[in-house]
This record gives sequence, C-alpha cells and structure tokens, in this order.
Amino acid sequence: MSARPPALLTLRGIGKSFFGVRVLDGVDLDVAPGEVHAVVGENGAGKSTLMKIVSGGYAPDGGTVEFAGRARVFGGPRDAQRAGIGIIHQEFNLLPERTVAENVYLGHEPKRRGLVDRRQMLSRTAELLATIGETELPADAVVGRLGVAQQQVVEIAKALALDARLLIMDEPTAALADHEVELLYGLVRRLQQQGIGLLYVSHRLTEVFDLSDRITVLKDGRLVRTMRTADATPEDLVRQMVGRELSSYYPDRAAPGDVGAVRLAVRGGGNRKLRDVDLELRAGEVLGIGGLQGSGRSALARALFGVEPFTTGVVTIDGRPTRLRSPRAATRAGLAYVTEDRKGEGIVARQSVLDNALLASRAVFPARSGRAARTVRVRELLAAVEVRAAGDDQEIRFLSGGNQQKVVLARWLALDPLILLFDEPTRGIDVGAKSAIHDLVRRLARAGAAVLMISSELPELLGMSDRMLVMRDGRVAGELPAGATEEDVVALAVGTVREAAA
Amino acid sequence: MQLVKRRPLPPQLTRVRAGGLLPLLAILAVLLVLVAVRQPDFLAPASLMSFLGRSAPIILLAAGQYFVIVSGEFDLSVGSLVTAQVVVAARLIDSDPSRTWPVVLVLLAGGVLVGLVNGLITTRLRVPSFITTLGMFLILVGAVYLWSNGAPKGGLSEEFRRFGRRAFEDVPVFGRVPYALVVLLVLATLAVLLMRSDFGRILVAVGDNARTAELSGARVRRTRTIAFMLSGLAAAVAAILIGGYSGVSFQAGAGLEFGAITAVVLGGVALGGGRGSVVGAMLGALTLELLFTLMNFYGVSGALRPTVQGAIILFAVAVSSRRSTSR
Repeated sequence: MSARPPALLTLRGIGKSFFGVRVLDGVDLDVAPGEVHAVVGENGAGKSTLMKIVSGGYAPDGGTVEFAGRARVFGGPRDAQRAGIGIIHQEFNLLPERTVAENVYLGHEPKRRGLVDRRQMLSRTAELLATIGETELPADAVVGRLGVAQQQVVEIAKALALDARLLIMDEPTAALADHEVELLYGLVRRLQQQGIGLLYVSHRLTEVFDLSDRITVLKDGRLVRTMRTADATPEDLVRQMVGRELSSYYPDRAAPGDVGAVRLAVRGGGNRKLRDVDLELRAGEVLGIGGLQGSGRSALARALFGVEPFTTGVVTIDGRPTRLRSPRAATRAGLAYVTEDRKGEGIVARQSVLDNALLASRAVFPARSGRAARTVRVRELLAAVEVRAAGDDQEIRFLSGGNQQKVVLARWLALDPLILLFDEPTRGIDVGAKSAIHDLVRRLARAGAAVLMISSELPELLGMSDRMLVMRDGRVAGELPAGATEEDVVALAVGTVREAAA
Repeated sequence: MQLVKRRPLPPQLTRVRAGGLLPLLAILAVLLVLVAVRQPDFLAPASLMSFLGRSAPIILLAAGQYFVIVSGEFDLSVGSLVTAQVVVAARLIDSDPSRTWPVVLVLLAGGVLVGLVNGLITTRLRVPSFITTLGMFLILVGAVYLWSNGAPKGGLSEEFRRFGRRAFEDVPVFGRVPYALVVLLVLATLAVLLMRSDFGRILVAVGDNARTAELSGARVRRTRTIAFMLSGLAAAVAAILIGGYSGVSFQAGAGLEFGAITAVVLGGVALGGGRGSVVGAMLGALTLELLFTLMNFYGVSGALRPTVQGAIILFAVAVSSRRSTSR
C-alpha cells in the first residue's frame, strides 16, 4: 500500500441506518487517482447506499468522508458535484430533445454578454469528447437519437465538464449490448489514464475482473474484504459475497412420488424483458426462481400471469396451448399470483380483511355459487391460514405484513388455483409468519398445486425449492437440483459459469 | 381544489376517512333543531315531505356522483346534462301528452349514453376524468344552445311534470307524499343494494387500489365506465324531477355538479376513491339542502350558496385528512 499515491477518496467507519435498520456499518474504503475500484455484493449488501453517501445523496450517520485531502460533509448531490465527484446512474439523466453539448453544459453553459455562447459550448464539448477518445460523437447531435452506449458517453462527458476527479459508475453495463461493453472498457481505461478515480459497482464478475485494480466485497452492510484483483478468484468472491449458514427450518421437500405431470410449460417465451424462456412446472413441486434483481424473475411471473404477457413462444397448461393476455384470463385458467409489492399491488388497503379476501372471487366468478356459502368458505380459509385480526371487518392496513400476506393468500386459495406464482412471498414479514407461509406453500404443493416461487433470499430459495431455475439478463441461466449450494446459485446469477448443465 | 385525478392525490387527501356516519347525523340533528327554532312549522309532516321531495334530485345526483368518486374519478358533467335533458324533453314533447313515456325513455337512455362516453374517454383514451367531464360539460352547454337557437322551445306535458310536482294525497300520518320522494326511496334502496353486491365491492376496491384490483382479475376500466353510466342515469332521473318541479330553463341544472360533489364530500366519501358509503353521500346531500333552507329562513342571501359549498368542501376534506394522518 505504501507505493500507492495519496488516496483521492478515503472513507472511514461509514455507517447508515434507515428507520432503525442498519444498512451500512463501519465501512472503510479508498480510491487512488487512476484506480478502478470495484464494489461487489448481493442485493441489499449496501452498495447503493454507500455510493449515495459518496455522491452526497445521503449523509452518513457515522464515519468520515475525505476527498482530495480534505474532510467533507456534503449537503447534497450538488455539493459533491462541485467538489469533483460525478455519478453515472443506471438510468440516465439526459434531456432527449437537446443536443449533446446542451446536455453536457446544462446549468453551467458558457456565456457571452449574458447569453449562451453556443459556438464555444460546441467547441468545448468537442474537445472534451476528444480527450476521452470519443471523436465520432458529434457535439450537436440530438441526444434522444443516440444509442444507449453513446448516451452513456454523454453522461460521462457531463460529469467531466464539471471537472470530476472521481466517477461512480453504478451497473454501467446493465443497459449495454455485448459489443458496446467493449467500447465502455476502452473508455474506462482512458479515464483511468487521465488520473480519474473510478468506483465501479457491478453484479457482473467478468467485468469486475477485466477492469478493476482492487475489489471491495460488501455483505449485509459490512465490509468483508478489500483485495487486489490480481490476488482474487471468482470463486473466492462468490463465497465472500454469500458466506452464510443455512440454519432455519424448512418443511420437507416433495417425495419423488408427489411430483406429478407437467402442469404449465413455456417454450421459447419472450417479451420486452425476457428471451427464450423454457420451463416446465409440475403438479406437486415447488420450483424456485433465483437471480439478481432485474434479471427477469418478476418479469417471468408477470408474463405467466398475463400482466406483461409473452409476445413470443408457447405456453401450455395441462398440455393445451393457452394464451394468457390479462390477469383475468390467467385467473380463469387456474393461476394465482402473489405479488412482490404487497402494498402497491397486493392489498386494497382501506377495505376490510373480508373484502380483501373476497376480491378475486367477486371480480372473476361473481355468480359461481351462493354468496353466503362463498363468504363462509372464505372465513374458513382466513381461519385456516391463521390470520390475526380484530375481526373480518378490520381494515387490512392495520394488520402486520405477515397477516396481510395471509389474507392475500386466502384470496387466491378461495379460487382453488392449480398453479401458484409467488413473488417474494415472505418479504418484510416476521419470522413466525414466515415459516407459517413456508408450511402453507409446501402444503399446497403436497395437495397437488404447481408452485413457482421467486425469492432473493438464498436460504429460503434453497430451503423451499424442489429444483431451481436461475435467471440472468432475461434468460434462464441454468437449472439446479435440490441440494445445490448458495455458491451455485450466485455463480449462475452473476455469470461466472457459462452454462450450467444440471 | 385538489380535484385533478390520475396523478395520485397527496396521501393526506387520499386517506380521507369516513369516520362513520355519526358526525354527519349530529350535524343534521343540529340543523334540524335550528330550523325548528326559527320555523316550528317546518317539522310538520306536510312541509317535511315536501322538503324531502324537493331535495330528491340533488340526493339522486349525489348518489350518482358517489359511484364515480368512490371509483377514483370525478363527474363534472351532470349539471349541464340535467339542463340539456330538460331542454331536450321540452322540445321533444312539445306539450303533447302522448309523447311523455317515450321521451322519459329517451332521457334515461341519453343519460346512460353520456356516462358511457365519459367513461370510455376516461378509461380508454386515458384522459383524466376531471378534464373529460369538464369537456363534456362545455360540449353539452354549447350543444343545447345551438340546438334550441338560444331559447328553450316547446313545452313539457302535464303528464311529464307530475313526477316532479304531484304527490300521493291523503296518506295516513304523512299526509302528502310527493312522487319524487317515492322515486328517491326506490332508487336509494337500489343504490344501497348495488353497493352491497359484488359490483359495488369491486367498485370501491378499484377506487382504493386499481392495480391490486386489476391483478385480482377485476375489469377496472369497465367498472369505472359503469360508474359514469350510473351517474348519467342519476342525472337523467334528476332532470325529469327538476323539469317537473321548476319547468324549462337554461339554468335548470346550473351548479348541480358542485352541489353533488359537496354533498358527497360532506357525506365522508374520500376524494380519490376507495372509502365512504352511498348512504353517507345521500345524507350529505340532505344536510346540504337543509343548510340552504336554514340560510333561507335566517334571511341569508342565496348568492352565498357557492361560497358555502366551497367552504364545506375545503373544511370537510381538511378535517378528514387531519383525522387520517393523526392516527
């Protein structure tokens, strides 16, 4: 470390809590000029929070930020920008109707006699683009007509126009096509040569190994280790990102005889977010879906349920080709979908527990059976899933997350679904309710339902699934049998293994 | 006013709580006492019955408006729809009694049709209902002027007018029971039953969280369109009663849309949807009418009505948001 030039950025003991939940705890990190420092970790490891602290979006609860030799307390993103820290978000912040130059100098246009000096703005932008080797990009091009990779260049130029000395890149390749990634590599190296420090956040280990000088691993808000890239291997990294013990209790898996015929099958399914998805879901099994956030896990459930349907490929239910173009059609076909966003998409917050539990029955099968009989049945279901409420007429918003989720479950169970899709069924739920829901999911499978369960909690995914599919970039990256390890899942999710043959 | 929909209202506004009907009933009782102090005769069955008959149109409009508001939308077109219906009725009937029933059917169908158009534009073309129905309001005002060349033509038949001005005479205990009151009681009962049906529960769920409703298999757009059609139907019935009671004029329905919205808010129904009962909305309308009667008895100028309505809307929404945020 002694040979290293004085650090550009030094973080010491950074801590941050939200609503009493500690998301960062005692994190140290430094970046030297001209260094690419990668930050890796699972979803929720604290990477984004740390980047927001560096770029002035959040103030840390504890610890110090030192930048260019001075201790800093940023009042907001503008402060950090002025100090020389630029951040390139996954989502670009560009005005699509304006030119490259106008975007680059937005808010600090060169002026002459109080008016914007267009000519100078164009020539300065062209110079700036030349210094990072982007001579092909005209400064007067309209940003909205540029490709994603070029828009990214504009974002970078925008930061450089403010004399950024440290650039934070948050998943910079997420939106890029494969050949564009190469171009970004070149750009990163040129920035490096100019002595700009880079904090590089990515899920994709290939890039991390290709580009970075050092790697910092975060896990559950803590620093696991900072190491030189040359000393690290992908296997180490995955182990450090995960490193947790399987301790909780999960219900027994399906016995070989429990799993029945294929109930739901997809061949070559695709839409805007998914490509070439093949899957088979059998009666009696719990099929786990793993993968990183944005890998297409939820998009898969939504496509199956007709929210954003497949535009290509064939879906069959019990061998018959079916088109599920709306949630209503999917419900009629025997599917049920417990959404990830309980508050926004799962409950009608100001209605009673009973109204919530009856919602799908009322909406889809109004006159199926006597109303009184239906209500009695739903009350029984609410009791069976052990909802704790002051009464059926209590507004659901006053219930705990776990109880709300049980009501949502009862809503679907009332329709006797054959295929259940669960998206993060235990997110934000206390431990007791969690294992109750795990038991319930398993009981449903044992009773012959086909269950697809998405979870970003690896222990849950591994504990519950009879087999697993791992998604990456909108595709199925591979299949894993029960008994696979967390490392197997993460390796497929981040792409250290090319293709898994399970 | 924070009335523009689609863009979600600030949380304080969307969480307006009904808090049951008790506060409203208390206000109603206080107003009754104040009226009785000033005008003891008012509580006699005959004048009470006639007051209820007179209030029937606004109560029906409040019920219609309720369906739309509880589903998360607004209907500003009902006032001008009433005017249009009265003027159209006069011209079509042209004082010929034999045309009464066909024209009644035409009016009811016309009301439903206007609601259908409002609903389709709002749900299919994704125009905020505040704008859709404001546009419909203006279109109807202009169209009716154009169609009648600036002055109402023809006349209503006595058969048509009896709905709004005649009564069952010599009823034991009550004395004179206006037809309008009977129409109101029948339709109010139907409205209550509708809100207890599957459709009614889905309507409220759509107003509470359209996304959840959709993902639970509800047809959100269709449900909201039906709410607009019910509002149009209520306007048609109100037009028949108002035409009978006060005759043909371009002012027949002026300001009724705001009266209806005020009544609904006063009845504890949340703007933005998802909360409140149709009974509350109708009681809100009754309270509003009683308040205006009281103002009349105390010699307050009728010109103050819009001001009072505006103050009520602001006050009612503010009170209920306070209550919902303080929990």
